[in-house]
Amino acid sequence: MTLNVLIPAALGYVVFLFLIASLAERRAETLRAAGRSPRFLRSPLIYTLSLSVYCTAWTFYGAVGYAARSGLEFITIYLGPTLVFVGWWWLLRKLVRVGKAQRVTSIADLISARYGKSNAIGVLVTLLAVCATTPYIALQLQSIALSFGAFAADQSLAPRQLAMWVAVGLALFTILFGTRNLDANEQHHGVVTAIAVEAVVKLVALLAVGVWVVWGLADGPSDIIARITAVERPEWRIQPARWMGLTFLAGVAIVTLPRMFQVMVVENADETHLSVASWAFPLYLMAMSLFVLPIAAAGLTHLPEGMNPDLFVLTLPQAMGQDTLAMLAFLGGFSAATSMVIIAAIALATMVSNHIVVPLWLASRRASASEAGDMRGLVLNARRLSILGILALGYLYFAVSGGSRALAAIGLIAFAGMAQVLPALVGALYWRGASRVGAAAGLVTGALAWFYTLFLPSFGPGVVLSADVMSAGPFGIEWLRPHALFAVEGMDPLLHALFWSLILNALAFITGSLVSFPSPVERVQSAQFVNVFDIGSGDERPGARGWSREAAENEAEDLLAMSQRILGATEAQAFFESETRRQGKAGFLPDPTPEFLDRLERELSGSVGAATSHAMIAQIVGGRLVTVDDLMAVASETAQIMEHSAQLEAKSEELARTARQLREANAMLQKLSVQKDSFLSQISHELRTPMTSIRAFSEILQDDEVTPDEVARYATIIHDESIRLTRLLDDLLDLSVLENGQVNLDLQEADLAALIDRALLASNSVLPQRHFAIRRSGPDEGIAVRTDIGRLTQVFINVISNARKYCDATEPELRIDMRLRGGKVTVDLIDNGSGIPKESQGLIFEKFARLTDTHQAGGAGLGLAICREIMHNLGGDIAYLPGQGGAAFRVTFAAVLAPRASRAAR
Amino acid sequence: MAPRAPLFVERQSYRRRRVMDGARILPVVGFVLTLLPALWTQSGRMGTAGEAIYLFALWLGLIVVAALLSRHLRREGQRAADQAARPRAAASETTPETPPGAAP
Repeated sequence: MTLNVLIPAALGYVVFLFLIASLAERRAETLRAAGRSPRFLRSPLIYTLSLSVYCTAWTFYGAVGYAARSGLEFITIYLGPTLVFVGWWWLLRKLVRVGKAQRVTSIADLISARYGKSNAIGVLVTLLAVCATTPYIALQLQSIALSFGAFAADQSLAPRQLAMWVAVGLALFTILFGTRNLDANEQHHGVVTAIAVEAVVKLVALLAVGVWVVWGLADGPSDIIARITAVERPEWRIQPARWMGLTFLAGVAIVTLPRMFQVMVVENADETHLSVASWAFPLYLMAMSLFVLPIAAAGLTHLPEGMNPDLFVLTLPQAMGQDTLAMLAFLGGFSAATSMVIIAAIALATMVSNHIVVPLWLASRRASASEAGDMRGLVLNARRLSILGILALGYLYFAVSGGSRALAAIGLIAFAGMAQVLPALVGALYWRGASRVGAAAGLVTGALAWFYTLFLPSFGPGVVLSADVMSAGPFGIEWLRPHALFAVEGMDPLLHALFWSLILNALAFITGSLVSFPSPVERVQSAQFVNVFDIGSGDERPGARGWSREAAENEAEDLLAMSQRILGATEAQAFFESETRRQGKAGFLPDPTPEFLDRLERELSGSVGAATSHAMIAQIVGGRLVTVDDLMAVASETAQIMEHSAQLEAKSEELARTARQLREANAMLQKLSVQKDSFLSQISHELRTPMTSIRAFSEILQDDEVTPDEVARYATIIHDESIRLTRLLDDLLDLSVLENGQVNLDLQEADLAALIDRALLASNSVLPQRHFAIRRSGPDEGIAVRTDIGRLTQVFINVISNARKYCDATEPELRIDMRLRGGKVTVDLIDNGSGIPKESQGLIFEKFARLTDTHQAGGAGLGLAICREIMHNLGGDIAYLPGQGGAAFRVTFAAVLAPRASRAAR
Repeated sequence: MAPRAPLFVERQSYRRRRVMDGARILPVVGFVLTLLPALWTQSGRMGTAGEAIYLFALWLGLIVVAALLSRHLRREGQRAADQAARPRAAASETTPETPPGAAP
């Protein structure tokens, strides 16, 4: 095979890619015009495949070379990302959510947006990214040049010249598809689709070579295992420190590399795609690494010594006469290299234009920010220039470094460089206290350490750093030697650089954050980043705005003019119109409220980055940046709302309590009303019975034929009935007097036991035929009381009589307990009957309550009501005592009742 | 202000939380297990091929577990996204959503 075949093949492949990209772009365009989203172009599959931009020519060629040199170590480069993706719930999910909520355009944009939309931070990250990516792009150019060289070993070929032409071609392709328009979301459908296709090409190519090696060259898996064992060398032994360090480094790189950030966060169309990628991307990585070791082993067996192991994928089929396979491998490697260069160039160009070119341009025309002229052209041109510049730098690195080093070594340098973003990135997502000063300090420190210990030495001794400096340190200071910083010697140079740069970086970051005080905008942003899941959608967050509430006039027009220049006239007008309608107004000019400014800023930041869009709006609305006072106002508002809701809760509980009391009172009233009705009928009945007999007998007496005997008998009956009537009326009168508190108390001294004796004696007349066992207990010395003895006795008589009447036990028994405690006398009267049902317990003390209708009661149901009134008048109470195994009443009263005058005064 | 998370949750939510725990622990377990070859290599008994077979088996295991977990978690993510979208739905009646990447 000669270059005559290779160059047309490569060109043909590029044309094919070009077609795919423009087809996808056109399809997206038509779908958008129809108002639909490009569903297939933005499926989880395409998303996962586009992530494969991680696998560059380094993977395609370098991994085999790496395996041939160091055995299994190459696998760490893929295990690290696997772990990060498998653990997407920790970091990636938050990263993508924040990226979408803030409409982030690049990793530099994310970091600068978090740290107060500070452009300085953006510039730092951008510079670091350019420095770190340059060797990586050089790696791709080198691999392409090498692969051409491998095919055309017999022809004289200038690898530098070739690399230059490749660089120019890639720059053109990237410019064509990466900067076609200034996208509102910084998404490139065409490029992403092309990358996805390339992912398939490189996977198929590598798998094809692998399958051929295992089943074509060797006799299947067991044979290949034997071959691997046969070529095993002592250098293949795993070095634990490097193993761990590289896994970590690769895991960090997948998050921080600008191109990975571009495809993972910026080009992400739907967060749920990430959950598919969490396992599908590791699967892709595994498939890519599956045949690396067999190919390396086969290369070491079949190819002569001294061949570059980085090219085994290519040279092995070629040497065995498999020209088609070799061609496929060549195209696979080519596609791996081009996809990386394209995405990296787009990502870096976005960063350079948003953080360096546009701010510079704005600063140069500070006075006239709102004047007419389309800024989109400027931004796009800035990006086109940046792409050219970045590829030129990559080419330069390749030319200077000589293009002779192992691919893996170059890639790891780039990894370690971008890893310096890690502390600032993790702090941005998880630590509210991380501040701009800390981030800047960390980035600068880490970048300098990386520069000095890894990047500069990577050119080789004598190119940038002299051999003297390398071996003896600058100015002869030994502990500043680039590969033995602070006298840490004997460490692997990469690990040494990684260790020191990250340690110093994190130290500076934390210290800087701890001692500095963040600006209000920073504090707003930190809340929006760290609490992104609590907030839900950023728009709905009340209060936490980047702008002050202070009213301003005539700014909307300037804002519209400015937005038109960035978003384009139609887009900007549509946005302004919808915002105006949202505020309930008509026309194109909404009030510049903080909410509106916030949304506008986010809209603009999708195109030019957070820092620039913030600066541009600030230029128009002037000093309306949010202040500490605004933040405090928000905080106190929230606190007030919480307090209010707590108060409301307490109030509603109180209301519920009151309502319950009212309900109970109402139920009681209703019961009483029923009782009163039934009493009235009963009292009428009670009054009528004696009345009837009195009337009947008096009528008889009026008769002439009544014997004197009969007269005497009838008169007795009439007399008895009148007494019954009088007693009833007496009771009623008594109750009314007691209730009104008009009773005159006759205070006397007495012994409680004697008083009880008297009550027992008096109540013996009730059902005298029943024998009652009486058990009394109480203090031996007896209890002396001073109160209205007569009334008190009346109460006891009533209760004991009730017990005699109603106790339904076969061997009735009455227990009387007396106690004196704290000046209060308590007397419990407990019988052993069936007691009073629970539902009646609340009623028995009410007037006219009678549990049985039987006439045996003989009263009108006033007894206990009178008792209660008496006890209240004696400064005590009578209550039913539930749960005593029978009817039980507790009578409590003051042992010594004060005279009425002093009681009233109390 | 974030709504206070309830102290106890029903069975389904409980399961979902444990799935999240699993998703968090998985990379840690994976990392520890990937370190094993670095320890074996000192004895040299496994050989590079043996270590490679172990690593690929582990890799496949991680992928399978991650796929199982992600099926559950995706549902959770969708639920959260729906919740986030609900308050926005009211606003979008007045604001016609611009398609992503719409440019003149």
